[in-house]
Amino acid sequence: MANMSLKKNEMPVQEPDVRNKNFKEVALGYTEEQAIDEAKRCLNCKNKPCTTGCPVQIDIPAFIAKVAEGDFAGAYEVIARSSSLPAVCGRVCPQENQCEGKCVRGIKGEPVAIGRLERFVADWHNAQPETAVNKPASNGHKAAVIGSGPSGLACASDLAKKGYDVTVFEALHVAGGVLSYGIPEFRLPKSIVQKEIEGLKALGVKVETNTVVGKTISVDELMKEEGFESVFIGSGAGLPRFMNIPGENLNGVYSANEFLTRINLMKAYKPDSSTPIKAGTKAVIVGGGNVAMDAARCAKRLGAEVYIVYRRTETELPARAEEVEHAKEEGIIFKFLTNPVEIKSTEDGWVKSVVCQQMELSEPDASGRAKPVPIEGAFIEIDADCVIMSIGTSPNPLIKSTTSGLDTQKWGGIVADEAGKTSKDGVYAGGDAVTGAATVILAMGAGKKAAAAMDEYMQNK
Amino acid sequence: MFEILEKRSLNPTVTLMKINAPRVAKKAEPGQFIILRTDSEGERIPLTIADFDRNAGTVTIIFQIVGATTEKLNHLNEGDCLQDFVGPLGRATETEGLKKVAVVGGGVGCAIAYPVAKKLHDLGVEVHSIVGFRNKDLVILEDEFRAASSKFVLMSDDGTAGEKGLVTDALKKLIESGEKYDRVITIGPLIMMKFVCRLTKEYEIPTVASMNPIMIDGTGMCGGCRLTVGGETKFACVDGPEFDGHLIDFDEAMARGAMYKPFERHAYEEACNLFKEVK
Repeated sequence: MANMSLKKNEMPVQEPDVRNKNFKEVALGYTEEQAIDEAKRCLNCKNKPCTTGCPVQIDIPAFIAKVAEGDFAGAYEVIARSSSLPAVCGRVCPQENQCEGKCVRGIKGEPVAIGRLERFVADWHNAQPETAVNKPASNGHKAAVIGSGPSGLACASDLAKKGYDVTVFEALHVAGGVLSYGIPEFRLPKSIVQKEIEGLKALGVKVETNTVVGKTISVDELMKEEGFESVFIGSGAGLPRFMNIPGENLNGVYSANEFLTRINLMKAYKPDSSTPIKAGTKAVIVGGGNVAMDAARCAKRLGAEVYIVYRRTETELPARAEEVEHAKEEGIIFKFLTNPVEIKSTEDGWVKSVVCQQMELSEPDASGRAKPVPIEGAFIEIDADCVIMSIGTSPNPLIKSTTSGLDTQKWGGIVADEAGKTSKDGVYAGGDAVTGAATVILAMGAGKKAAAAMDEYMQNK
Repeated sequence: MFEILEKRSLNPTVTLMKINAPRVAKKAEPGQFIILRTDSEGERIPLTIADFDRNAGTVTIIFQIVGATTEKLNHLNEGDCLQDFVGPLGRATETEGLKKVAVVGGGVGCAIAYPVAKKLHDLGVEVHSIVGFRNKDLVILEDEFRAASSKFVLMSDDGTAGEKGLVTDALKKLIESGEKYDRVITIGPLIMMKFVCRLTKEYEIPTVASMNPIMIDGTGMCGGCRLTVGGETKFACVDGPEFDGHLIDFDEAMARGAMYKPFERHAYEEACNLFKEVK
């Protein structure tokens, strides 16, 4: 009998006033009973619109049906056929715009909590005793994957399953890309990321950290000297943008990338960390995306009073609704229609305050969102000792500048077709390196498509 | 893992280590740097490449013990391994078209200045080296500099080694005596480089300074190493580490370098105490 409740089973979470002082995971996950009960809300409808909303085409009704039966192992098998990182995606996917956005239950009431169920299944699987993985038989072909973020991991996983000898090259000392350095522990525990990577290694994927492709070795050398027949570039969009306003290089001003890397990759939030961080007593975060929410919530946990300044209104915030909600609950203060124009300095070169221009909305701009325009003469000054610039990132030019025959867009993105094929023979690309900053799941989808194209390329060579 | 193949103390606070890192050695060029971590909980620190041997697959680093990580590093011995060692990062020193160059090094910066002097010397460039130290106990690489330079001037703050005075005094004397350099390359403490650049600006001699700011990833990702050069923000890790010395905002660089001073001092003292207890 279907569960006809109009609402999703609520996700148990840490209380806002408790969690805004620790880095432990905010959402605690469904119990088995909650998961089965929620799974019964799925009508198993014929058209499966949810599946069309999933960038990696998980057979969603099939896995939910297994959950409803209490067959969690069976549910995991269904998901694993399409996704290599379910514990990650169940946590960070923007489901409201994807699978859940298409769910028929959402027409009247809330959609089935597909993301929460995916997370439940993946966590259940991870809690089971390790079983020996069937390493696919080698097909004798060698492929390289540059970058160990979502697109690279998805690509590596699919190639390894087909028997390719895959090596993933990572510039940092830890694999995972943005999953490791960017998304905070309280949203995505690092142990989960490492578990997923261990799973890949069990499939035979080699991971070489501390290797900056473009510096330590080039794409051309990988292909000519090291025998890689095909290369996937999933180097992401890691270059932080700044506003180019006065005072941006003062002490206490961070890019969100630096702030989050110090905290997530280098564990600067732990009292005994050898890497320092200064969130100050009053932090201003500039920007309205998921990264801005992450930075704000980290600063809050480090003890600062936190303001998010955003030049449009709440409606235009690019961050997921749930992240905004969580940030508000935790006491982050939003200043909308506010745009920094100058950061003022103390006598010894530290941030003292942020001068902001007040804005109003006018006609929609090229992005389709209402364009913010300055209200002449209207300024406010916010006292602060920390400012975090979270206004976006661009692809790193390192690979483009060191790879012969690789075409890029003016703004730095690698030119690639739908299947990930670039202008260079045998070289494929996907994820943020191609699209500019987007989501984990879109990057994974691109990695999977490229893996299929690389398979075809290597088999027909 | 990256094994320490050789360890040598150059003076009481400066140590040389030869590290087994074939991939880095294969690509390294003078002027570039590496980032290392001593252990799995360690911070990432950038160090300039002092030398490399492509055939042996080794990279030499020279570091001054100034904080917790360099203290920990100095407690590692031959046969021990570094947790992480990544590079070569940054751009190599540009040497094209140079005929006569003054290399001005200060303190442990001389460890970075030396491979630059050597490369220029090997290319047939006339090299004048001016190196400065606080006192005679801190002098490093003197023989190596002499071998790579047609003129070598040693300066010390207290006169116990070479001449008493600053590197800028010596550089000024050489310029005034009619030496015509087509470039000055300076590597050392920010305050020294600032005054070297101020001096060479007066004489309109193109000058390059090697910057070593706070850094995390070293690949352009964090922006922590940013500095202002000619009014524009640059990242030392990917745009540098060498920049036109006449355009660098040294005062800003000095302020940024002091950002974590109290934390660093505390961490250093803790590391020192820890090693004392172990003893």
